[in-house]
Amino acid sequence: MDLLTSILAIAVFAGASLVYASVGEILTERSGILNLGVEGMMIMGAVTAFAAAVASGNAVVGVVVGGLVGGTLALVHAFLTITLRADQVVSGLALTLAGGGLASFLGQRLGPGGAPLVGMVGPRFRSITIPGLSDIPVIGPAFFDQDALVYLLFLVVPLAWFLLARTRPGLYLRAVGENPQTADAMGIDVFKVRYLYTFVGGVMAGVAGAHLSLAYTPGWTENLTGGRGWIAVALVIFATWDPRKAVAGALLFGGVNAIQFRLQAEGTTIPASLLNMMPYILTIVVLVVITRFESIRKKVGAPAALGLPYNREERT
Amino acid sequence: MNLPYRITLEKRLDTPRIVLWLVPVVSILIALAFGAIVLAFAGANPLEAYGQILTGAFGSLTAWLDGQFYAVSETVVRTVPLILTGLAVAVAFRMRFWNIGAEGQLVFGGVFAAWVALFLPGVIPGIPQTPWVYLPLMALAAVAGGAIWALIPAFLKAYLEVDEIITTIMLNFVAILTYQYLFTGPWKDPEGQGFPGSALFPEFTWLPRLTGRVTLGLVLALAAAVVVWLVFDHTKLGYEIALMGENPEAARYAGVNRASIIIVVMVLSGGLAGLAGFTETAGISHRLQQGLAIGNGFTGIIVAWVAKLRPGWIVVVAFLLSALFVGGDQLQISMGLPASIGAFFQGMILLFILGGDVFTRYRVKITRRPAAVAVEV
Repeated sequence: MDLLTSILAIAVFAGASLVYASVGEILTERSGILNLGVEGMMIMGAVTAFAAAVASGNAVVGVVVGGLVGGTLALVHAFLTITLRADQVVSGLALTLAGGGLASFLGQRLGPGGAPLVGMVGPRFRSITIPGLSDIPVIGPAFFDQDALVYLLFLVVPLAWFLLARTRPGLYLRAVGENPQTADAMGIDVFKVRYLYTFVGGVMAGVAGAHLSLAYTPGWTENLTGGRGWIAVALVIFATWDPRKAVAGALLFGGVNAIQFRLQAEGTTIPASLLNMMPYILTIVVLVVITRFESIRKKVGAPAALGLPYNREERT
Repeated sequence: MNLPYRITLEKRLDTPRIVLWLVPVVSILIALAFGAIVLAFAGANPLEAYGQILTGAFGSLTAWLDGQFYAVSETVVRTVPLILTGLAVAVAFRMRFWNIGAEGQLVFGGVFAAWVALFLPGVIPGIPQTPWVYLPLMALAAVAGGAIWALIPAFLKAYLEVDEIITTIMLNFVAILTYQYLFTGPWKDPEGQGFPGSALFPEFTWLPRLTGRVTLGLVLALAAAVVVWLVFDHTKLGYEIALMGENPEAARYAGVNRASIIIVVMVLSGGLAGLAGFTETAGISHRLQQGLAIGNGFTGIIVAWVAKLRPGWIVVVAFLLSALFVGGDQLQISMGLPASIGAFFQGMILLFILGGDVFTRYRVKITRRPAAVAVEV
């Protein structure tokens, strides 16, 4: 494997959790709900997925549990912001803070017999080489020598895009996010749509966490997500709420991770803490560039009703 | 959904005082009840655990009678940075500028203060080496450090419309990694024998203690609360901040310069967070080491929101949440429960406060559905 191939392979592997989380958040935000709890749902998904996988001896059970936990937390956010009309920014932050605390608490309790999960080895997703396709030069080993959760993305991303851009439910989803009053008048159940896609976004954040604890790391350590949930939120803006572009963004960030590993493996003299800053600084730079670029084109894709509670009795 | 009655939310025009008081108290009680369930699942007796938190945070009656106030004084020690970060967050949130970066701004304040303590005596030996000169210099440096770090997202938002939530969060990570690099790299104590941390600050840069480990930082934090209260309630700036938060369009018509007020607010916000970095390094650790970034910036968000962004309440809420932390540490020592339970409780309290808030903003009405029965005949 030459250098480019190996960097691309790590980029795909490291970017997978970002794709899950950001595509999920895109669906949520398209319905008009801003959920800043991604980091919290992701870390809760990671710890519960790993615990369930250890307990059942089956990594797939882990993914299902992690996804459901993420979805359940998202429903808390949905109840607070959709039904009780609480502030979406603060509710999402609260979810991240509570999720982080609960995850490290559970990490010390959810092992077999109440033991800590830290340092434990459990079932994991291993890479499956797809014969034929993996022989394609450069792209082959990078895209077709990965684990099952990465392959699932080959299905999830096109489906999410197709749903949004080409189907009636996708049209309803966008209508709810752009103009809930009109959507309501059309007979769309605004509350139901918002609950549904907030839940879906939470499930995908949970699965993103599961990929970290069951394939990427694998295992559980405190602070496993390390801000990936927030990078995923930034990717939503980067992608201008389009699932296809989220993949490009995630590959970019995965690529930075890969270069980081590469430099460390070659014994660079750059201190590790400075190398570890790269993804965070890149997030800011990319956000600045994209905001500049989009405002020049006068086409920032944010759903018009993003962050606003909907109240049938109030006219705006 | 064919319930025989329906629940509607009706906007309150003005909220009775009793509701304003009762709702947060009941919300916290429900959060604690919910926490009791979690504790029970974790295999701990909830009543015993809450008892331990109380004695851990405030001490026991017998200790008080012996004249020992160690527990309370530790709670006060932990309150100081929370007041400052709570104020920092409140200043920005009042304008609906979502500064999630108090953690990084605190760290940068600590780094700047540490530089003054460690290196200024060597760079300019002429400065009198007394606390009277050095402490104000360190405090100013810390304010500058926090403010500079806060200005990055402020400029990006004011002139380029870049989302401040993401930039402030990302800058937290960058600040923490920078400070870790400093005390494990260039600023590492050469005589530290591998201990990761800077050299000890010279003694004339230590904040004087009032009692126990409580330092002059407490006075500083309380003074900051008074200043922020004055700014909020008695200055034009405070009015403009609130107006920008409530209605940016109206603020524009009133002639408020959006860019300059964002910058002023973030200098204030970052400066307050930076000051917390000063009280923690000059008052507690006396060196730059692990333990400066322990989440005070994030807890500040909870403090500010639970206190409804009111400076007076921020002092009270900071003290109560600090009690939860100190009591939570006690829980770890005496009952073997992870200390992170404290962080979980705080996040949960915020969630319940948020949910409960609906009752202060809306009147909940339950009405019978009349039509369904009558139509039959």
